[in-house]
Amino acid sequence: MKPPPFDYSRPTSLPEALALLGPDSKVIAGGQSLLPMLNFRLLRPSLLVDIGRIQSLRGLHETPTHLEIGATTSHRTLETHPLVAARFPVLAEAMRHVAHLAIRNRGTIGGSLSHADPAAEHPMLALLLDAQIQAAGPSGKRQIPARKFFQGSLTTALLEDEMVVAVRLPWLRPGTGWGFEEFALRAGDFATACAAALLRAGPDGRITEARLALMGVDETALRVPEAEALLLGSSPSAFGEAARLAQAAVRPATDIRASSGFRRHLVGVLVGRALEAAWGRAREGQA
Amino acid sequence: MTTIRLTVNGEQHEAEAEPRMLLSDFLRGPLGLTGTHVGCEHGVCGACTILLDGASVRSCLCLAVQADGCTVETVEALGTPAALSPLQEAFRAHHALQCGFCTPGMLMTATDMLRNHPLTTEEEVREALSGNLCRCTGYQHIVDAVMAVARTRA
Ligand SMILES: Cc1cc2nc3c(=O)[nH]c(=O)nc-3n(C[C@H](O)[C@H](O)[C@H](O)COP(=O)(O)OP(=O)(O)OC[C@H]3O[C@@H](n4cnc5c(N)ncnc54)[C@H](O)[C@@H]3O)c2cc1C
Ligand code: FES
Ligand code: FES
Repeated sequence: MKPPPFDYSRPTSLPEALALLGPDSKVIAGGQSLLPMLNFRLLRPSLLVDIGRIQSLRGLHETPTHLEIGATTSHRTLETHPLVAARFPVLAEAMRHVAHLAIRNRGTIGGSLSHADPAAEHPMLALLLDAQIQAAGPSGKRQIPARKFFQGSLTTALLEDEMVVAVRLPWLRPGTGWGFEEFALRAGDFATACAAALLRAGPDGRITEARLALMGVDETALRVPEAEALLLGSSPSAFGEAARLAQAAVRPATDIRASSGFRRHLVGVLVGRALEAAWGRAREGQA
Repeated sequence: MTTIRLTVNGEQHEAEAEPRMLLSDFLRGPLGLTGTHVGCEHGVCGACTILLDGASVRSCLCLAVQADGCTVETVEALGTPAALSPLQEAFRAHHALQCGFCTPGMLMTATDMLRNHPLTTEEEVREALSGNLCRCTGYQHIVDAVMAVARTRA
């Protein structure tokens, strides 16, 4: 189908864009989620605010404490950027699983976080990497930790007159190993289930840092604090129990792609693999 | 209505469109370039794939106004019936099309891939084409055609 009628504005600065936001307007970034919804007429905004040509919202900047990623940076840029490959290889790997090249060329990190699909890679990565999401509104900017940002399926902490302007990823400690394991029916499809892990190893072979995140298996992407607490200070012999805790932590839905039971099974398998991969890399980093 | 200026296949074009007009419809309607096909209009089938500023995109997931000032390449840029491009020639030689509905999208996706990516294995080619649906061929011949061109580049 074709989109319903709307007005269109293409501001070239952030203040101009913010002045246009409100209950009847919608930001358009890459349009890779918004245009399908408009074509299906699931939405009828009166104004689209195209943020695609605001230069200050695009690109990567290094600071001593974090990597800052502008909201309109594309999935494809993150997939191929040398800085991401060197410092956040788990993010580069995750991007390879986001849809297909033609969609990755246009889709953006800010759009994906704001859309908040429970089976989308960016929200899970933001949780895994303890991202701070920078939102701007009429009263200025605020930082929202990823853990407070995702409130439900397609629901975030953003207010109607706010938009995401950047995402800050705190640098990982040297030697952090990563694992990313996604199951999808076809390359580029939304994940049926997915797990990602970060682990660091101490000199005695114990786990000194553990992060575990899942997606596609609950209302939002999630971290699994119970499993992380179990892993901390223990050894890879705890991976099996961590996977069982992850299985117990999720409430997967049954839909056209998979049953709830199959998704829970996948969580066990994928968490095990992601932890093994992360541990292998953590040990390599140590050597 | 807004005036939209685009460079399409090396030629300057200017036409009026409502903000809600999709780039796919703009190319096919006002510009008369019906080589770009439209299947699903939600980004799933890939038939409408074109190159926008050199990168493959779904023209059904882009508004014509968003492309204002940009450079577009469509399947019409590749070759002519009398002088097929090497990729089109490979599609012909390998029987990579039957009804031809998916073909423009397959060609433009493969064009981006062949220009910008080291396609070497059959698996890479299959993954590259995974976002383009074909109801006729069973894909094998399309993969063969793209592989044939990828090999000549290597
Ligand atoms: C066929 C297909 C398959 C896909 N598969 C996957 C997949 O496997 N994994 C995956 O993660 N995604 C997938 N996607 C979605 C894709 O990644 C989108 O790019 C992404 O969800 C939205 O980013 P966008 O920039 O295109 O946002 P848009 O479509 O422009 O916007 C999406 C929503 O976010 C809002 N928005 C956009 N930018 C901002 C901002 N800066 N601040 C506040 N609000 C904003 C918009 O108003 C809208 O509500 C797929 C899409 C398609 C069409
Ligand atoms: S018509 Fe654009 S992807 Fe199907
Ligand atoms: S040749 Fe008919 S859809 Fe591909």
